Amino acid sequence: MSASDYESVIGLEVHAQLLTRSKIFCGCSTQFGAPPNHNTCPVCLGLPGVLPVLNKRVVEFAIRAGLALGCSIRKTSVWSRKNYFYPDLPKGYQITQYDLPICEGGTLTIDVDGRVREIRIRRIHMEEDAGKSVHDPSGGESLVDLNRAGVPLLEIVSEPDLRSSEEAAEYLKTLRDVLVYLGINDGNMEEGSFRCDANVSVRRKGARELGQRTELKNMNSFRFVRQAIDYEITRQIALVESGGKVVQETRLWDTQRNVSRPMRSKEDAHDYRYFPEPDLPALHVTDALIEEVRKSLPELPKAKAQRFQSQYGLAAYDVKILCADPLLADFFEATARGYGDYKKISNWFQGELLRLLNEEGGTISTLKFAPSQLAALLTSVDKGEISASAGKDVLGEMFRTGKDPAAIIAAKGLGQVSDAAVIENAVDEVIAKNPGEVEKYRAGKKQVFGFFVGQVMKAMKGKGNPGLINELLKKKLG
Amino acid sequence: MTPELLNLSMLELSTKLARRETSSVEVTGACLGRIEQVDSKVRAFLRVDAKGALAAAEASDARRKQNAALGPLDGIPVALKDMFLTEGVETTAASKILAGFIPPYDATAVQLLKGAGLPIIGKTNQDEYAMGSSTESSAFFPTHNPWDLSRTPGGSSGGSAAAVACREVFGALGTDTGGSIRQPAAMTSTVGLKPTYGRVSRYGVIAYASSLDQVSPIARTVRDAAALLQTIAVHDPKDSTSSPARAPDYLAEIEGGVAGMKLGVPREYFTEGIDPEIEGAVRRAASELEKLGAKVVEVSLPHTRYALATYYLIAPAEASSNLARYDGVRYGLRAQGARGLREMYSQTRAAGFGPEVKRRIMLGTYALSAGYYDAYYLKAQKMRTLIRQDFLEAFKNVDAVLSPTSPVTAFKLGEKLDDPLAMYLVDVFTLPCNLAGLPGMSIPCGFSAAGLPIGLQILGRHFDEARLLRIARAFEREHDFDRRAPPV
Repeated sequence: MSASDYESVIGLEVHAQLLTRSKIFCGCSTQFGAPPNHNTCPVCLGLPGVLPVLNKRVVEFAIRAGLALGCSIRKTSVWSRKNYFYPDLPKGYQITQYDLPICEGGTLTIDVDGRVREIRIRRIHMEEDAGKSVHDPSGGESLVDLNRAGVPLLEIVSEPDLRSSEEAAEYLKTLRDVLVYLGINDGNMEEGSFRCDANVSVRRKGARELGQRTELKNMNSFRFVRQAIDYEITRQIALVESGGKVVQETRLWDTQRNVSRPMRSKEDAHDYRYFPEPDLPALHVTDALIEEVRKSLPELPKAKAQRFQSQYGLAAYDVKILCADPLLADFFEATARGYGDYKKISNWFQGELLRLLNEEGGTISTLKFAPSQLAALLTSVDKGEISASAGKDVLGEMFRTGKDPAAIIAAKGLGQVSDAAVIENAVDEVIAKNPGEVEKYRAGKKQVFGFFVGQVMKAMKGKGNPGLINELLKKKLG
Repeated sequence: MTPELLNLSMLELSTKLARRETSSVEVTGACLGRIEQVDSKVRAFLRVDAKGALAAAEASDARRKQNAALGPLDGIPVALKDMFLTEGVETTAASKILAGFIPPYDATAVQLLKGAGLPIIGKTNQDEYAMGSSTESSAFFPTHNPWDLSRTPGGSSGGSAAAVACREVFGALGTDTGGSIRQPAAMTSTVGLKPTYGRVSRYGVIAYASSLDQVSPIARTVRDAAALLQTIAVHDPKDSTSSPARAPDYLAEIEGGVAGMKLGVPREYFTEGIDPEIEGAVRRAASELEKLGAKVVEVSLPHTRYALATYYLIAPAEASSNLARYDGVRYGLRAQGARGLREMYSQTRAAGFGPEVKRRIMLGTYALSAGYYDAYYLKAQKMRTLIRQDFLEAFKNVDAVLSPTSPVTAFKLGEKLDDPLAMYLVDVFTLPCNLAGLPGMSIPCGFSAAGLPIGLQILGRHFDEARLLRIARAFEREHDFDRRAPPV
C-alpha cells in the first residue's frame, strides 16, 4: 500500500493565556518580560499556608470563548488538582478543571482553499500556567522563573476531526483570530501565549477505529505545526507499512533538525492523581452572568468578513487582510465613515499602511494619526490637490508625526498646481525649446508625447496636475 | 510556685489590666519566667520569642495608659502551634523539612491576634504537620503531659494544650483536623474549641488536610475560649472557604444555662474499647446537665463506625498533595550532593519527613492513584456525606450531642508509637465532627482514679458555637476544673 491509502486523524489541545491584568489565584501582574520572579507573591510562589482566590475575570473570559465557539456553559463546574513534581510548579500541583469543565461541546468552522469543515470542540477549561525553567546547557544548573506561574490559561480541546496538517494549521489560525477578536488572548505563538499540542494517528482509509496516537509538543509557529504533523504522519505510515507498531508516547519537535523525538513513553506517563481542589468551592455561574457576557460579545471574524464583503463591496482577498486584526478592521471602518471609495481605502491600507507598520514598526493601536486624517488625505488626492505619489509621502509623515495632512502639504509645498494659465506657460516653454521633437511628433511619431509630459513635469518640479498637462499638450501640439 | 497572676483566666486578667492592677510586661514576664521554670520538663515550646513578646507587651501597656486598648484581650500573652506562619519567626510544623524557614507573612489568625494586642510568647510543639495524636511525631522532641510527665499530652496540638495547662501561657491557638485540639484538651484538663469549618480563616496556616483543617482556640475556661474565638472568627477574603457570615457575640448569652435544651447521647459512641472510667464520667456529666434543666435523649449516628476509615482516606489524600510543595526547590531543607532532579526530590523528602508523614503521604498517594480512586477516595467522599447526614438528622431532634472526647486518658510516651492503628483509634470520637464540618468542644469533666483528666465532647450544628459555649459554661460553673492546676 502507499501513503495515499492512509488517513491521518488529528486532535489539537490549545493553551491560550488570558489577557487579564492579574493572575488567576492572586493579585500579581501578568505582564510579560518583567525581571525573573518579579511578579510573584506568597500565593504564586506556593509558600506554606497560602490559599487560592479566583479571579472573576477569568471566568468571564472563559464564558466569552465558550459562547463564541458555541459551547454549552456548565452552571456548576469544579476545580481539581493535577499532581506532579516539577521545579516550575511551585505547589507540586496545578489547579485546573478535570471532569466538570466550564464549557463543553462547541464547533469551529474552518475553510481550507474553499473547502469548509466544522471541527467539533470537546471542551474548554480554565487553569493556571506553570513557571519557566531555564536550563544552563554548560553548567548543569537550572533556574526557575515563576513570573508565569499562576497566569490564567484556557485549554481548548478539539475532537479528532482534523485530517491534515493544513487543516490543523487553519483550525489554529481561525481559533486564534476568534480569541484575539474576543480580546482574551494576544495570539502570540513565539512568546508562548498561544500554544498547541497535537494528537496524531493514522489509519487505513475507510477504517472506523482510530490508530494508536502520539502526542506532539513544542510547535511554536504555524509552520512548525504543519512540519511536525506532516513528519509524524509520514513516520507513522512508514512504521505501519514496514510491519511496525506505533507506540503511545509524547514527542518533541526539534526545530533545528526538523525531526521529532520521543520525550516520554506511556510507561513514564504521569499518574496525575486528580482530585477536587478542597481550597476552592465549586464554581457557580448564573444565567445573568452568561447573558451579560453574551451581550458584550464583539462581532466575530467570520461575521465581520461577510459584512465587509456586502457592506463595502470588497473582494474576499481584501476582506481577509483587513479583518485579520480587529483593530485594523475598526480603523478601516472609521476611515470609511469619512471617505466613500472603499476599494481605494483598502488599497492604501494594504499598499501603504501595512508597509509602514512593517518597515517602521508599531501597531494599529499605537498609530499617531486618526482615521479621519487619512480620509482627509485621500480626499485631497481625489480633488487633485496633491498627486498620489505625494500623498504617499504625506502618509509617511503622518505615520511618523501624527500631523494633519493639510499642514504637511503646506509645509512641504506639495500642493498640486492645477492653474491652467501656469501650466500653459510651462507647456509653451517646453514646445518652444524643443522644435525638433515637435517636428517628430507632428510627423506622426506619437511616442514622443511622453517626453513632453516629462519635460513639463520637470519644469513644474513635479507639482503639475498630470490631467491638465496632458490636455494642454495635446491641444498645443495639435 | 506559680505566681498567682498566672492562675488567672484571660478575662480575669483583662479586668486587672484595665484597672492597671498589673501590666502586660509584668504578665508576659511571668509567663516567660514560668516557661524558664517548667518547660525543660514539659517541653511545650519549640521556640520562645521573649523579645517579640515583651515588645508587644510594652506597646500594649502604652495603649492601656492612653485608654486605647485594642480590645479586652490586649496585652494577654498567648502561644501558637507551629502550624501558624509568623512573620520573621521560624515556623516548621515540627518538621525537619521546614527547619530554618522564616515566613515573610503572618497567618490571618495571627494578624487578628496581633491586631487585638495579644503578645505572642512563642511557637508550640506538635505532631509533625499535625499528623499524630500524641505530639510524639514532632521531629524535634516529644512534649510531656503536665499532669504526669511520663505521659503524652495528646496531639497533635499537644504543645499548646500543655503550655495552657501548666500556666506557661493563658491561651493558645492550635489546629483541629481530626481532633487535634479537643483530644489534647481532654488529656490536659483544658477547654478546646474546634469551630465550624469556614468559621476561622485558614490563610497562613500550614495545610495538612484542607477540607478538614480548622484553626482552634484552647484555654483554661469556657469564657476564655469564647473570647479567643471572638478575636479570630472573622471573614477572610484570602480564604475562599471562609464564611462571610458575621460571628455573633459569643459571650452575650454564655451564662444562659441549658434549661429547655435537648441534648443527644449517641449510642454508637459507647462501644467496646472505651475506658469505663471515661464512660462513667461522661454519663455523670450528661445527668448533671439534665439536672440543670436539659433533656437528655439517646440518638443514633449509624455511620460512626466508618468515620475512622473515611478520615484515613480523605486526610492523607489531601495531605499527599498539600505536602508536595516541600520539594527542596524554594525553601526549607534541600538534600546536598544529589545528582539530578529526581534524586534531589527523593533525598530531600526522605531526609526531611518523619515516618508518620511518609506513611500518610503514601496512603494518600495510593488512595488517589489511577485505578484506586473510585474504590478509595471517591467511596470515602460518599461516606463522608452519609456521616454528615447522620448529624443533620440527629440535630433535627436535639440541640447538641454529648460524648467522650477520647476513649482513653493520657497514655504513656512511646506506648502507641509502634502501633499506628492504636494511635489512630484515639481519635475515633473526634473525627466525625471534622468530616461533617461541625463545631465541637472538649471541656474537663473529671479525673480518673490515676489522676488523669477526662474530657466531655459537645458537638453542635454548623455555626452554632454560641450554644456549645453556653452548654459548656453551664457545666463548668458547677465545678472547679478550671481552677485545678497540674502538679508540675
